[in-house]
Amino acid sequence: MSNRFAIGDSVRVRTAFPAGHCRTPFYCRGKTGTVTRYCGDFRNPEELAYGVYDGARSAVYRVRFAQTDLWPDYDGPAHDKCDIEIYEHWLVGEDA
Amino acid sequence: MNQRHEHAMYDVDPLHHHPPQADLEDTRLTHHQVMQMAVAELLIEKNIVSADELRAQIDFMDTITPARGAALVARAWTDAGFKDRLVADSKAAAAEIGLDIGPIPILVMENTAKIHNLIVCTLCSCYPRFLLGIPPDWYKSRSYRRRAINEPRKVLAEFGTEIGHEVELRVHDSTADMRYMVLPMRPQGTGAMDEAALAELVTRDCMVGVALPRP
Repeated sequence: MSNRFAIGDSVRVRTAFPAGHCRTPFYCRGKTGTVTRYCGDFRNPEELAYGVYDGARSAVYRVRFAQTDLWPDYDGPAHDKCDIEIYEHWLVGEDA
Repeated sequence: MNQRHEHAMYDVDPLHHHPPQADLEDTRLTHHQVMQMAVAELLIEKNIVSADELRAQIDFMDTITPARGAALVARAWTDAGFKDRLVADSKAAAAEIGLDIGPIPILVMENTAKIHNLIVCTLCSCYPRFLLGIPPDWYKSRSYRRRAINEPRKVLAEFGTEIGHEVELRVHDSTADMRYMVLPMRPQGTGAMDEAALAELVTRDCMVGVALPRP
């Protein structure tokens, strides 16, 4: 494994809006979270959706966000979280 | 006496017909229904799958019920070692009791006194079908998918589930290659119950995280 990110790393989701079959929810783009798990290497849905079945596999991570970081008007307690699976090419390391 | 006046409805509909029930085909096919049918026909025409294999797979998926997930939860409640293995690797743990959880990894999220887990797929309707069967309509609704992610406590309250503010609510968005199932906490007062009786307490909603098991 040559993963770019390790559990505990602080990562930011790229603020990008490419057309096509992206499985990175809009609500987390540009937000910073913490890697909690490496899920394995998977093919990129942005290629699979267009018939590219032999593309490179990419690491998928689970990233944990504070709900209050995702939603400015979140009305629950500050310790509530949201965990999202994100493909490596959507993540940028944050120098903590 | 004016019979026409008193029994006007017989004039309108002397044989008293009820309107016919709509057939499935009476609603217009959506774009994606047409696409699905076209792809299925092509797969059969090109001998990639047979009509019988397609039928058998649908038949099999329809046999899966939340009882499969409940069996795992009940075993985890009665065997701490199994619970640890289930959380670490649900496929291997399920195989111990003869259950195949299918080709897609399912991560089991354990509720504790400090953490309550809730599952949603905001992008579509990903669901742990090999453990819970066909998802309920509300799980696929745009309303649940939109609101479970940003006002989960309100959504839970609408399901009759109050989670205290001292508990961390953790929402899992099934955005990619994993599926999720909640391992609820064993309710108080169930110490005398055996595994089969415990499994009866574990409903689909408990394993999605919108409800808590009741003794």
